Amino acid sequence: MKMSQSPWLLHYDGSSCNGCDIEVLATTTPVYNLERFGVINTGNPKHADIFLITGGINSQNAPVVKQIYDQIPDPKVVVAVGICACDGGIFKECYNILGGVDKVIPVDIYVPGCAARPEAIIDGVQKAVVLLDKKRQQMDAAVRPAAGRA
Amino acid sequence: MVWQKTLQVILFLVLAPFAGGLLSGLDRKVTARFQGRQGPPLLQPFYDLAKLFRKQSLVVNKLQTFLVGGYFVFSVFTGCLFFAGGDLLLAFFAMTLGEVFFIMAACSANSPFSAMGTQRELLQIMCSEPMLLLAAIGFYKVTGSFMVDEIVGTRVSPVAYLPGMFLGFLFILTIKLRKSPFDLSTSHHAHQEMVKGTTTDLTGNVYALIELAEWYEEVLLMGYIALFVINREWWSIPLAVLVCLLCYFFEILVDNVFPRVKWDKMFRSAWLVTLVFGGVNLLVLLCVRLIH
Ligand code: SF4
Repeated sequence: MKMSQSPWLLHYDGSSCNGCDIEVLATTTPVYNLERFGVINTGNPKHADIFLITGGINSQNAPVVKQIYDQIPDPKVVVAVGICACDGGIFKECYNILGGVDKVIPVDIYVPGCAARPEAIIDGVQKAVVLLDKKRQQMDAAVRPAAGRA
Repeated sequence: MVWQKTLQVILFLVLAPFAGGLLSGLDRKVTARFQGRQGPPLLQPFYDLAKLFRKQSLVVNKLQTFLVGGYFVFSVFTGCLFFAGGDLLLAFFAMTLGEVFFIMAACSANSPFSAMGTQRELLQIMCSEPMLLLAAIGFYKVTGSFMVDEIVGTRVSPVAYLPGMFLGFLFILTIKLRKSPFDLSTSHHAHQEMVKGTTTDLTGNVYALIELAEWYEEVLLMGYIALFVINREWWSIPLAVLVCLLCYFFEILVDNVFPRVKWDKMFRSAWLVTLVFGGVNLLVLLCVRLIH
């Protein structure tokens, strides 16, 4: 059984206009039905595998995003949803915006769009899920040679 | 005799997780269909468990891991006692001890979400436990024994004498299966209000143990339901399985029809239901006994 068969997702709203958040929620409705891939929308970083962020990073939420990222156990994947989360988007020039999510934590998948369409978000989650397996394999590979030496 | 009992225990230990996992999978599938969604695969709970075992474990403190282990052991032990035909009261006490371990594990995390979850967990125990005890007394009054293997040997299914108890048990089953109220910390729905309550700080394989213990407990509760139906005839066993499945379906229905019942409603209604259904049933039994 692979990690990718059970991706639990944590949704965090950075400084989005809420447009992308509505679309993220739309993916869990009967029409788009993200749960058919085994996705659970959890509110707990300690149970999450995928960290899904909407909106850009400002000085107030930067430490929050960093802390949530640290609380998610490995392997984990970060998905930036919407152009704001990708690089600041329409708010990029604002005095309070530092930029996209990758200003504070490493981002694995970028989902563009303003707002990102539900289909695109599902696509992003699907890519994230593949990456999750890859990261687990890397973890195993890192452990095995070390065990061999011991 | 000893061999038979050992076999029963081994069968329970091996088969219960599969049965519990399948029931959970069925639950998610049926719930999704109720809501017009396709739902995850039937085996999803097994995928979830396998994933949890492969995730990194962030241990908050060592004591917590030990306490979660205690909860797991006593949950399984309760089931073993029950399915080996043991004493209902002893099973009841073992289950309570397991719950104490669980609550202590949550308390040891020192997180406000865990603390809040613990309070609700205690309320839940307060609400559901009296009915369990009353049902055990009901079984004793009808069959003259607290031993499970003597209760299943009766001539007439106990439910014929204990219809009130059965209804009361169905009511607390909603709480025990973590269906409703939704804002109980262990409920499968309360994701946002207090994060994940008692299990907020558990990760990886430690959290997986909790899930596994839940599956054992689910099977135990179904066993309780079966106890109401089984008598010495062979056909009562398939009938009991059917009744268990129907009850489980009923609980899923209740979960979907009343998705927003809160803990205070549970607190106000559980004892009333226990008293009206369980208490009156017991009273009638005692009166009939006196007249005879
Ligand atoms: S990408 Fe567009 S819709 Fe999404 S948060 Fe930014 S401005 Fe709003």
